[in-house]
Amino acid sequence: MSMMNPLAKARGRGSAKSGVHHWYAQRASALLLLVLIAWLIYAMITLSGADYSTAKSFIAQPVNAAFLILLIVTMFYHAMLGLQVVIEDYVHHPVLEVVFYFFTRAGAFFGMALGIIHVLKLALGA
Amino acid sequence: MKAKQRPLSPFMIGPYYKPQLTSLMSITHRATGVFLSVIGAPLLIWWLVALGGGPETYAALAGCMGGLLGKLALIATVFCLSFHMLNGIRHLVWDTGKALDIETAYRAGWLVLIGTVVLSIVLLGVML
Repeated sequence: MSMMNPLAKARGRGSAKSGVHHWYAQRASALLLLVLIAWLIYAMITLSGADYSTAKSFIAQPVNAAFLILLIVTMFYHAMLGLQVVIEDYVHHPVLEVVFYFFTRAGAFFGMALGIIHVLKLALGA
Repeated sequence: MKAKQRPLSPFMIGPYYKPQLTSLMSITHRATGVFLSVIGAPLLIWWLVALGGGPETYAALAGCMGGLLGKLALIATVFCLSFHMLNGIRHLVWDTGKALDIETAYRAGWLVLIGTVVLSIVLLGVML
């Protein structure tokens, strides 16, 4: 039997037992995205109206490829966390809620994989 | 014991509350976030897939984006991204416990709206 005060046990963890992880992850990814979106804006301005070889050689530069991969991962992670909250708040049907949640996560991971593999293909040449 | 029927979210939008700048920007933050997740992010991936596919698929994408639907998608994405990013900064400041008084919340809100229009027009001016 634990002699721990139940309040001490519960404090900071909540009923879901995962504490503030979701809240923190949403904000940490938002901060990262501020930097990565600044890069995206630079890329969008640089590549506006660019032809195929210009766009390809831009992504082939290691720094740009790295920024792009980080952007893809952080963006879909942030989107996944955000859509989860929207679903939790507005979908008042227990089965649909889980189904939406599943497809949100699956879609995010699919987007990450598809994006990264194409950046690598363009950067490493195939 | 019978459970009391209480209004469920989003009850702030509807007959119970008067529309306010703060509440409307809050729901817009969510709406733009959903739009960016469902349209904006896939658009970036589509661009990468087309670029990875070679000159022909890249030209096909450029053709799609040059059409009315493509332009509309790009314009909407740029507006949503500008708003979500600038209003996101407002939210991050709030998360530190600062700027939460009504006057500052409204002033920062208007600043975000003006910034959204300016940033979007500059970006679209360069891209379109």
